[in-house]
Amino acid sequence: MNARDSVLARIREALSGRGHRSHSSLAEPGEADDELQRTGESAGFRRFLPKVPDDFGGQLALFAERSESLKTEFLPCADEAAASTQLKRIADRESWESIAFPADSGIRNLLADLSISKLEVNRSTAKTDLEKVSAGVTGCDALVAQTGSVLLTAKSGGGRALSVLPVHHVVIATSSQLVPDLPAAFERLERTYSPNFPSFMTFITGPSRTGDIERVLVLGAHGPRKLTIILVGGQAGSSGQPPDSPAIADSKFPK
Amino acid sequence: MPSAASQFNDDATRMVADLGHRQMVEQSLSGYQKARSSNANRFQDWESARQRAATIKDEAIQHLDEYLVQFEEKLVARGAKVFWANDSAEARAYILELARTKQAKTIVKSKTMVSEEIHLNEALEEAGIRVVESDLGEFIVQLRQEPPYHIVFPAMHLTRGQISDLFQQKLKSEPTSDPEALTMTARKALREEYIAADIGITGANFAVAETGMISITENEGNARLTSSLPQTHVVLLGIEKIVPRLADLALFLPMLATAGTGQQITGYNSLMGGPRSAEEIDGPDEMHVILLDNGRTWLLADAEQRDTLRCIRCGACLNVCPIFRNVGGHAYGTTYQGPIGSVLTPHLRGLQSWQHLSQASSLCGACTETCPVKIDLHHHLLQNRRNAVAEKGSVLHRLGFKAFAFMVNRPGWFELAVRAMKFLSPLQRLFNGTPADPVWPWTKKRELPSFARKSFRELWRQRIS
Repeated sequence: MNARDSVLARIREALSGRGHRSHSSLAEPGEADDELQRTGESAGFRRFLPKVPDDFGGQLALFAERSESLKTEFLPCADEAAASTQLKRIADRESWESIAFPADSGIRNLLADLSISKLEVNRSTAKTDLEKVSAGVTGCDALVAQTGSVLLTAKSGGGRALSVLPVHHVVIATSSQLVPDLPAAFERLERTYSPNFPSFMTFITGPSRTGDIERVLVLGAHGPRKLTIILVGGQAGSSGQPPDSPAIADSKFPK
Repeated sequence: MPSAASQFNDDATRMVADLGHRQMVEQSLSGYQKARSSNANRFQDWESARQRAATIKDEAIQHLDEYLVQFEEKLVARGAKVFWANDSAEARAYILELARTKQAKTIVKSKTMVSEEIHLNEALEEAGIRVVESDLGEFIVQLRQEPPYHIVFPAMHLTRGQISDLFQQKLKSEPTSDPEALTMTARKALREEYIAADIGITGANFAVAETGMISITENEGNARLTSSLPQTHVVLLGIEKIVPRLADLALFLPMLATAGTGQQITGYNSLMGGPRSAEEIDGPDEMHVILLDNGRTWLLADAEQRDTLRCIRCGACLNVCPIFRNVGGHAYGTTYQGPIGSVLTPHLRGLQSWQHLSQASSLCGACTETCPVKIDLHHHLLQNRRNAVAEKGSVLHRLGFKAFAFMVNRPGWFELAVRAMKFLSPLQRLFNGTPADPVWPWTKKRELPSFARKSFRELWRQRIS
């Protein structure tokens, strides 16, 4: 018998009730299944998870508040032109010398005003080059108001390394990407990709951090020391509804 | 070699007397407790969240065979290789063989307790392969050639001064008392390793059956680098890591962070399902996922304690345990410390050799109360004690308890015994705290409480009359 069969056989033997003690510490199988059926799946978690406002304005305010406590720089902008100006301002402030972004993406248009060296990331980009750039700019799939997280994938994030290797990570998001909570983020992930998920997906919450030395918070342990999120169209209308988002042309990889 | 029990007694005795160490642990954990309680409060209903998490894990455990097969099928369909290991030796052999095939010189690792459990680093180093731990805490304890002190905070027992000295000696860095400068030294040392390493090894916090993905929770980004840059990504996980659905993570990710570190959610929560696909620009060419049993099915067969397989390794039970807080993580001599380690280790390594850890408990129940997946930890400690005696109790132990039972069931005998004790206690005082003292094991370290002038039964009788 190979290991697979013997592990599975032991599991079945153990679960068959011929186990070496009888009283089970688990909920009865029926009970557990019924409970899940009754309350649905992840939407049911909303009852216990931290509360999130219902309206766009409230969610935007919560995302801004979470960002501040996480030391994420969060910059809502009215439109693409404003986003471009913000990028220029950050480039000057941080004295960027070079910048990397996914090839074939709309991000290039936002960087037109920057007269620094630009690296379009593709399959042949050397990791040693990527490591040296001043910043990596990527798109994303969602911003989660509840936790202040950015959800990105190998598709929206220009692969795996671009969002973690450079010392400063800049995310370009649109207002339609703001979702209220984690269950909504998972729903979006499934709706966008299922069943062909990218091989890599991540929730990024603040810059890289550690508390491993005397529990003192230090940013930039291994990943980016700085995280900036630019939300295009991220200014709520008076109705508290999301404004029409001027979607960045082809800001993601084609799906 | 001394037995694990006598080693534990010696180490625990030494550590309890080390006040500096205890203060250090208290200080580290007080910050955790503040952050945790404020974030558990953010949950609208933490108690219901715990119940739901336990229910989901139970569902996974009750259908473990089906979910594991589903997890495997999905992963294999996306180009990953799945290897099943009965025990540590098989898991080690697979990784060694893989390293040989890849002619690997350096392996970079992010934190995985399962690799500690199977003693992977020693095996790889013996085969001449350099192993670099990338989690900051793990990197520090690896330089010190020590096991992790805590499953979540591996270097919490060290001061910045000790770490500065260590880096000065091993990495030739300048002395500093600034945790940020120390972190940057490690960052710099490790950056090159990620890029140069042939294989990256990570653990997994969850394994999603529905979609065939592993989920890794971290703060530093080292697991992301470890799983993204080397050409081969190896994932080591215990078979109990299964959750049925992708959406279940909407509950488990914030719960693990809240219980583990007091954060609302950790810095990075990454899902990986397979090597890089044809249209992706980077990522490993190969992904190998190792499903390890190593005693877990034995625990599953113990119906009374199988809820222990719900464990998500958050470390919360360590943080609140009065024993852990006094003896520290290294005294346990186990991979998993604290209450969960005391419950689990007898199942993984043998009841008779490790049941002493179940005795090292005040049965206060703080672990059970804090556990996010509601494992009945302190009762399992009692069950381990019972099982150990039932399996192989000493004659003296059995006679002692028989005599005790005989006495307490007979009021006359009980009264007589109490009187005798009262009469004998002044005699005991003469030898108090010396080896001639009949209760020396107690009095060598502690005061013996003196008998009350009147027993409860006497007071009760007076009250009635």
